[in-house]
Amino acid sequence: MGSITLKQVTKNFDEVNVIKPLDLHIRDGEFIVFVGPSGCGKSTLLRMIAGLEDTTSGSIDIDGEDATNMPPAKRGLAMVFQSYALYPHMSVRNNIAFPLKRAKVAPAVIEEKIEKAASMLNLTDYLDRKPGQLSGGQRQRVAIGRAIVRQPSAFLFDEPLSNLDASLRVNMRLEISQLHKSLATTMIYVTHDQVEAMTMADRIAVFNGGIIEQVGTPLELYQKPINRFVAGFIGSPKMNFIDVTPQGDDATCSLGVRPEHFKITEAKGLWTGKVGVIEHLGSETFLHVHVEGIGTLTVKADGDSPVSYGDVINLTAAQDKIMHFDAAGVTIPSLSWGETSAA
Amino acid sequence: MAISKTNKSKVVYTLLAWSISGMLFFPILWTMITSFKTEAEAISATPSLFMFEWTLENYTDVLARSPYFEHFLNSVIISLGASLLGLLIAIPAAWSMAFVQTKRTKNLLMWMLSTKMLPPVGVLIPIYLLFRDFGLLDTRLGLVIVMTLINLPIMVWMLYTYFREIPHEILEAARMDGAGIKEEIFHVLLPIALPGIASTLLLNVILAWNEAFWTLILTAANAAPLTAFIASYSSPEGLFYAKLSAASVMAVVPILILGWFSQKQLVRGLSFGAVK
Repeated sequence: MGSITLKQVTKNFDEVNVIKPLDLHIRDGEFIVFVGPSGCGKSTLLRMIAGLEDTTSGSIDIDGEDATNMPPAKRGLAMVFQSYALYPHMSVRNNIAFPLKRAKVAPAVIEEKIEKAASMLNLTDYLDRKPGQLSGGQRQRVAIGRAIVRQPSAFLFDEPLSNLDASLRVNMRLEISQLHKSLATTMIYVTHDQVEAMTMADRIAVFNGGIIEQVGTPLELYQKPINRFVAGFIGSPKMNFIDVTPQGDDATCSLGVRPEHFKITEAKGLWTGKVGVIEHLGSETFLHVHVEGIGTLTVKADGDSPVSYGDVINLTAAQDKIMHFDAAGVTIPSLSWGETSAA
Repeated sequence: MAISKTNKSKVVYTLLAWSISGMLFFPILWTMITSFKTEAEAISATPSLFMFEWTLENYTDVLARSPYFEHFLNSVIISLGASLLGLLIAIPAAWSMAFVQTKRTKNLLMWMLSTKMLPPVGVLIPIYLLFRDFGLLDTRLGLVIVMTLINLPIMVWMLYTYFREIPHEILEAARMDGAGIKEEIFHVLLPIALPGIASTLLLNVILAWNEAFWTLILTAANAAPLTAFIASYSSPEGLFYAKLSAASVMAVVPILILGWFSQKQLVRGLSFGAVK
């Protein structure tokens, strides 16, 4: 069991309100990612769920029980920190054993659990080393091992991969996803990296300024963002926004086109521009096209695109791939994906 | 061969360092040498550095006249007792100031430290009267209490600095792992901060060992530590420089040896927090 329900939860630091009244239900066994820019309140909310920060108002239920004022240890949750937070004076074995010893588990059982976790995380050869003698990836695995052995009802990850280099990050991302599949335990994962969010999550909650803008599956957020913020935050490179003047019944104030939805055409399209910087990634090419009166648009082209610096190209996009936003930045569903209401 | 500019400045700095060290060490060296002179030699108008008749007479005299080992034991008990008692109070205080900070924590720390700027003589009368009324005059317990109070601000400050270097997340991880405050302090904080705690203890043993103002005022015979023992050789009937020097050497040597063997720890501890 590991369902978590937040009801009208808020958090103030002195006079500053960092989490505005917020409701969220996290289902048992779900992998949910909190994503958003720095200072949006995602880590604070995670720490409130963990019990490391007090909740100013509202309630946090874990498995149907009110845990709002429970101490962290009583909540049955395990947390993996950004800095790993290993105990530097203890061996890997003792680091993993620490929560079990606190729970007064029998030594034989502790040993068995350590061996199991170590073999699962490829740490068997490092059990007698100190954290200082391990690489970043190994340390992160120890932190995960320490969380696993407790068999918590949910795992909380606070930006666990931000201290790792790019290639290791991809590996660890995969390992955490596999871990979720094999344990089937609820996982709440905080990150500012939307690629991590998109690749790992069952559902993503997009945070901005202390509120959740939208909760949905990665594809829902990608295809049907409810506003400009979500549309711009999800997807890499980010969506292009083109300001337009509202005409008649059409309240559209800006259009949104993802770089991958542009088509380069021979015939005159919707926009014409001059190619500036070109980024070749091998499998794809990103063109930065300067369009008079609009600014620079990012366009995704094929890896072997023949376009070169200074070329003038015509751009167009399928009508169903163009998002429409009103003056408040809210998506107009009827114009964006032909529905009468947002997801 | 021309000497490069960096080499020249190296030589200058080395010479400067040696001269300053020599100046600082000279009084101690002079005391040590004097302790091996006769009283006549010690007050001679033309003092000699090495060319004199070396004697151990002062040491045997001092040992015969005064109960050196009693004073030594008092010094050990008072300095160690005050430092351990101080740690017992300073560790939880520094823990709360480092990890459960409020808006006023910094002010509280500054206020604590400011008490060190108060001239001790300013509180002489109230402390003396309190000691008299509580029967603490000339007792080891009394001195342990007063030394603890005197050095507590420094202990809290030092420990606070060490604790601040420990990432909060490690303690939070312990909390998530089911550790209560006691376990968090004993199993996680203290082992990590051990080098800092050791140097705090060491420095405070040295400070308490060398403290002379309160020991001279609040003790007479029973609880008198080595500082009082030295002072007893500076009597109104006349100065006995050679014996005074011998007593000084005997009082200083134990702490000097301790300091010598722990200098690495002390330097590391004192510079802890200066460089991340």
